[in-house]
Amino acid sequence: MGRVAVFLCHCGTNIAGVIDIQRVAEEIRKISGVAIVQDSRFLCSTDGIESMVDSIRSSGVDRVVVAACSFRTHEPLFQNALRRAGLNPYLLELVNVRELCSWVHEKEREKATEKAVKMIRAAIAKIQGNQPLERRKLPVIPAALVIGGGIAGIRAALDIADAGFTVYLVEKEPSIGGNMARLDKTFPTLDCSICILGPLMNAVAQHPNIKLLTYSEVLSIEGRVGEFSIKILRKPRYVREDLCKGCLICIAKCPAKADDEFNMGLSHRKAIYIQYPQAVPRIPAIDPSTCFYFQKGICRACEKLCPTGAIDFSQRGEVVEVKVGAIVVATGFEEYTASQIYEYGYGRYPNVITGLQLERLVSSYGPTGGRLTVPRIDREPRRIAIVNCAGSRDERHLPYCCRVGCMASLKHAWYIKHLIPDAEVFIFADEIRASGKGFEEFYRRVRLLPGVYIVKGRASEVRGNPDGTVSVMAYDPALGHGISINTDLVVLEVGIVASRSTESVRNILKLGVVAQGGFLLELHPKLNPIETAVDGIYICGAVAGPKDIPETVAQASAAASKVVSLLSRGYIETQPYTARVNSELCSGCRICVTACEYGAIRIVEKGGRSVASVDEALCKGCGACVGSCPSRAIEIPNLGLDQIEAMIAEIVR
Amino acid sequence: MIPVSLEPRVIAFTCTYCAYAAAETAGVSKLQYPPHIYIIRLPCSGMFRSYYVFKALYNGFDSVLWGGCHPPYDCHFINGNYKARVRAALLKSYLNQLGFEDDRFRLEWIAAGEADRFASIAKEIVKKATSLPRLRFLDNSEVVSEWL
Repeated sequence: MGRVAVFLCHCGTNIAGVIDIQRVAEEIRKISGVAIVQDSRFLCSTDGIESMVDSIRSSGVDRVVVAACSFRTHEPLFQNALRRAGLNPYLLELVNVRELCSWVHEKEREKATEKAVKMIRAAIAKIQGNQPLERRKLPVIPAALVIGGGIAGIRAALDIADAGFTVYLVEKEPSIGGNMARLDKTFPTLDCSICILGPLMNAVAQHPNIKLLTYSEVLSIEGRVGEFSIKILRKPRYVREDLCKGCLICIAKCPAKADDEFNMGLSHRKAIYIQYPQAVPRIPAIDPSTCFYFQKGICRACEKLCPTGAIDFSQRGEVVEVKVGAIVVATGFEEYTASQIYEYGYGRYPNVITGLQLERLVSSYGPTGGRLTVPRIDREPRRIAIVNCAGSRDERHLPYCCRVGCMASLKHAWYIKHLIPDAEVFIFADEIRASGKGFEEFYRRVRLLPGVYIVKGRASEVRGNPDGTVSVMAYDPALGHGISINTDLVVLEVGIVASRSTESVRNILKLGVVAQGGFLLELHPKLNPIETAVDGIYICGAVAGPKDIPETVAQASAAASKVVSLLSRGYIETQPYTARVNSELCSGCRICVTACEYGAIRIVEKGGRSVASVDEALCKGCGACVGSCPSRAIEIPNLGLDQIEAMIAEIVR
Repeated sequence: MIPVSLEPRVIAFTCTYCAYAAAETAGVSKLQYPPHIYIIRLPCSGMFRSYYVFKALYNGFDSVLWGGCHPPYDCHFINGNYKARVRAALLKSYLNQLGFEDDRFRLEWIAAGEADRFASIAKEIVKKATSLPRLRFLDNSEVVSEWL
């Protein structure tokens, strides 16, 4: 039986004001195995710690019980005291007599004192079973994977690469840039979006530490923080990246057309295409679903005309494997399917468009070259309605706020007034949420533009008229009755959801997700917004929840700094409470394998029998396996069955 | 020591990240509840073992509380709360068949911020435990000696 030292902290009057410390000390001294009992006014003070270290050293105890506060406050401090006194820090048991006793039983001093004695007695019984534990150091591969080449992924990749680490940047589309490349301008400063994004895209392409894998998707992952092994599918472009010079003659001569996804279906692109003029890399891809050669076996015009012979119809998808220490997921957002909001008529009326479609319409490299016209009718609109919260803050669609729609609606009103100065713009909004740097000022600026009207009411319906115009119905609380406004064009500020590819990425990486919108789940909403439940995997940007560009960039840099601090340290320390298997009791039934959410348990051959084995690097110490084991063969160290039994017996005694 | 054997005795197994955190928050907020409830901290409610509950009842606790994080997404360990829920449902039916009263065991989801809920559950469970008859097993506990 170990010799135990017990330290009682007064915590000023926080504990001693309720609990009679002297009486506790008397009771505890009677327990066999207790070598010393010592109290201190503030055990966490320098004095308290010093005398604790001295007492442990001089009394030659081998286990320590501290009755003080929560493990969340001072456990590392007391563990360090044990370390200094030459004891393993896991031979400490911290009894929380403050939060769980003195603070909650202030009026029952007598009983609180009895309870404290029982709690300490239970800890003394428990600590007899404690084992010294070690944190193991495991190596970290000095490279990172960034999934998603939008502004979040670009920023994160650049930051990590600038710190001197190799970065693999995976993008599913032929070019990086993401949704920000679709925007014409950014609120509230009205910066040209591609003008500030373009240089970063080129920096990515030219960075010696960044390996750009466009037109690629993550297939599978193995390993753990520090040593992830990821298989990536490089989809065939049918254009050799090593030969293509980006002259784009192939595109000019291609006869096949397809809907242009980059322009949100507002125009057509060729079967061989680059997404937009600033695309990085400037290498076309052939879309086999519309290419005449793939569909009908004829044409090959691009192949004949390519001056460098870069077209290669025989290209196959290639699986590459990369090994990295950390992963950043930045798969971004997309617009909620606007046609699901039936009452707004999207998809039924050509003059109902989404916010991103308007961005493309006013963009100088959009389908109209920057002329604002009603799609398919090709007429300049005079009266335009902007409908805010389309699908957002709506129990039938997305219950949450998209965070960018209000400011986007103001920006869109500004676009319209800028391009068509005498146009009338009606913004239908419950309210304008302008809570950002410079946002309120921008709101004021747009509100004061002549011909911009903000209707404080949610649009209830968009109705088509025989003359090709559409009417927006709303209830105007200022007037106290319904209104109907006849317009040429309706812009829906559609809510946002996590991008479609997030679903497969999260399944592969085994990340949590929030119920609405498919956004990835952070470890803690306040204190760990970048980390996920999987060590070494970080999230940033709109895939972690709706946010605007500055917030996305800030979060991307935060994710990069998490990655850099992990990679530059060069090793990880395992948490010490990893499940241990008693091979003699284990029957190899595999129930624990299925209970473990982290894939930490495998069945191995040992002495001619199949038994469970725990990978210390993957085990989080949750104990799900402990509860599942029918043979009592698996335990979390220092929280064994016998220890819990001992605590139960001591409390009830 | 004053013998407390006639007072209710409740044991609470709580997960570190939600139910235990709620108990701590109750402390910080000075929410008062009866001192008859003792808390054991487990990493996760998914460490659920029916044996712990049986053992506590057998040893003389009147009632057992098992606290975890709210489904679906609060669990720090992905879905330990669901594991607890499945195993607890099984245990409930056993306890029922063995003739234990319903109030002997209770599974609750308590978020880290729900300090007032923790305190009110603690009050309630202690109050119920007071009205439950003391369990008597063939054990060398004082209860049994008094019965013999």
